[in-house]
Amino acid sequence: MKYLKDNIFNNPTELATRSGFGEALVELGKINDKVVVLTADVTGSVKANMFAEKYPNRFFNVGIAEQNMIAVATGFSLEDKIPFVSTFGAFITGRVWDQIRVLIAYSQSNVKLVATHTGVTVGEDGATHQILEDIALMRVLPNMTVVVPADFNETKKAIFEAVNFDGPIYIRLGRQKSPVIISEDSLFEIGKAQKLKDGNDVTIIACGVLVYEALKASKELKEMGISASVLNMHTIKPLDIEAILKSAKSTGAIVTAEEHQIAGGLGSAVSEVLSQQFPVPIEMVGIKDEFGISGTSEQLLTYYGLRSKNIVESVKKVVKRKR
Amino acid sequence: MHKIENKIKNIVEISKKIRIDVVKIIHNAKSGHIGGSLGLADIFTVLYFHTLNHDPNNPNWEKRDRFILSNGHVAPVYYSALAHAKYFPVSELLSLRKLNSRLQGHPNALDLPGVEISTGSLGQGLGVACGMALSAQKDRKTHRIYCSIGDGESQEGSIWESAMFAGHRELSNLIAFTDRNFIQIDGNTEDINKLEPLADKWRAFNWNVLSANGNDIQEIINTFEQAKLEKTKPTMILFYTKLGFPVSYMDGVSKWHGTAPNDEDVKIAIKEIEEYYSKIGLS
Repeated sequence: MKYLKDNIFNNPTELATRSGFGEALVELGKINDKVVVLTADVTGSVKANMFAEKYPNRFFNVGIAEQNMIAVATGFSLEDKIPFVSTFGAFITGRVWDQIRVLIAYSQSNVKLVATHTGVTVGEDGATHQILEDIALMRVLPNMTVVVPADFNETKKAIFEAVNFDGPIYIRLGRQKSPVIISEDSLFEIGKAQKLKDGNDVTIIACGVLVYEALKASKELKEMGISASVLNMHTIKPLDIEAILKSAKSTGAIVTAEEHQIAGGLGSAVSEVLSQQFPVPIEMVGIKDEFGISGTSEQLLTYYGLRSKNIVESVKKVVKRKR
Repeated sequence: MHKIENKIKNIVEISKKIRIDVVKIIHNAKSGHIGGSLGLADIFTVLYFHTLNHDPNNPNWEKRDRFILSNGHVAPVYYSALAHAKYFPVSELLSLRKLNSRLQGHPNALDLPGVEISTGSLGQGLGVACGMALSAQKDRKTHRIYCSIGDGESQEGSIWESAMFAGHRELSNLIAFTDRNFIQIDGNTEDINKLEPLADKWRAFNWNVLSANGNDIQEIINTFEQAKLEKTKPTMILFYTKLGFPVSYMDGVSKWHGTAPNDEDVKIAIKEIEEYYSKIGLS
C-alpha cells in the first residue's frame, strides 16, 4: 500500500488539518442528514462556518458554555443524530472531562469530539491554549477512541470514518498549516498503523505533525547509513499492538515522536506495550513535563525539540543501546 | 393534611409501595440516598403513573416522553418507580448496589431499560435534556422532555449554562423540576451556598416558573398539567418537599440525605409511612 504522496520533500502543499475537518463536514452534511455540528463561539476557528452556512438547521453555536455543549451533544446522540462537537483542544478535553467521562465514555454515546487547536503549534496564544495533555486525558477513558491525523487528507478520511464508527471518538487536529503528505486515495482504517517507510535498524513511531518530521529524519538517517522504518500511528487508542510488536521484533529499537506530553501520550502508550510484551530500547521525542509559551509554531517546534534533527539524535542514542 | 379523592387513590397506593420499597432496598443495600428518594416518591409516582406518555414494553418508543434524572443519587426512588411501572421486575429492586446488579448506585443507562442516560455526576442531566428538547424542537416532534434536578445540584455552574441555553432556545417542550427540600449533604442550602431567590433566578433565565407542594399528589398532577400548557418557554417547577417525607425523624436533618437506616430506623420509618397513608384515607 502506498500511503505517501510523491515528492513530499519538495515544497509540499501546506494546509491545516482543521481545514480538512471543515471540508469534510460540508461533504458529510450533504450525504448524511443525521450529522449535526456544535461549537462554542469559535465557528470560524474550527472551520465550521461553511457547514453553518449550508446547513443552518443542523448547526448549533451554544455560546461560551462547553460543559453544556457536551451534554447537549449527548442529548442529540440519544435522538439518533450524529453530533460533531468542536472547539479548541483545551476546552473540549480538560474543561469538560467529567461530562465526557460520564455522558459519553461511560454511556457509550455516539458523539464525535474534534479538537482543532492542539499542541505548541497553536503558537502565539501561549500555554493556556496549547493543550499538551489531551491525548492522555482521552486515552485513559474506557470506550474512547483517540485519533491524531497526520495531515489534511488524513483528517478528511478520519472525519468520514468517524461517522460510520459507532461510539465515542476524539480527533486531534491542529491550527497551523502543515505539509500534505498522505495521498488522497490511500486506505485509512481506525486502529491500523501505516508503515510509511521500511527500515531495518530502528522504528520511528509518530503521530500528527511529527509524522512529517519523522519522514524527514528517516531521509537524513539514510544518508548517515541508518535504515529507519516509519510508522504513522494515527490511532493512539485502540493502539495497533500488532504493528508495534512486528516492527520492534524486526528493528529492535523504537523512537516515538509526538507534539504532546511524553507522559500519558504516544510514548507512554507504546512503552506500555513494549515493556510488557517485547522490551526493546526506546527513546521518546515529545514535551517533557512542561507548559508551552508564546511564539510562532515554527519557532516552538524547534524550541521544544520536536524537529527531525531531534528525532535523528534520539535514533542515534537508541541504536547505541541495542544489544 | 387533607383526605385524598377517589380518582387519585390508585396513584397514592402506588406511592406508598414505592416509599416502602425505597426504605427496604436502601436498608438492604446498607447505603444509598434515602431522604431525597422518600421526599420525591409522590412526584415520581405521578410521573410514571399519570404524567409521562410512555410504554414500559417499548422503552425506546420514539414518541415517548423522555425523562432524565439529573440528580442521579436518588436512584432508589427512580428504580422503584420504574419497577412498579413494569420496566423490570419489582423483585430485582433488592439487588440495588450489589455486585453485577443492573441497579448501580447511580443509574447506568446501558444496563437498565427506561433509563435514557447515565447520571450521578451532578449538573449534567439538564444539558442532556436540553439536547433532546432541541432535537425534538428542530424535528417538530410533539413529545416532551422532563428533567429532575436537586436543589443542592443547582449550585453547579453547568446547571446555569443549561438554564441559559434552554431559555435562549425557548425549549417549551422541556419541563424540569427542582426537589426543593433545602437540604444538601453538609446542611441547609441557604447556609452553604444560598440558592434564594431561586424562582427569580429561573425567571431571569427566561423560564416559566411554577411552584407547588411536592408531597401532595393532586397538586403535583395539576402543576404538571399546567406546565404542559406553556408554549414559548421551558418550565421549571419548584417542588417544595420534605426530606424523608413522611418520616418525621428525617425532616430537615441533613444526615438523612445519604445515610442508610438501621433496623430500628426502618421499623419507625415503615410505621410512620403506614400511619401517614391511613391518615390521608388509605387503608
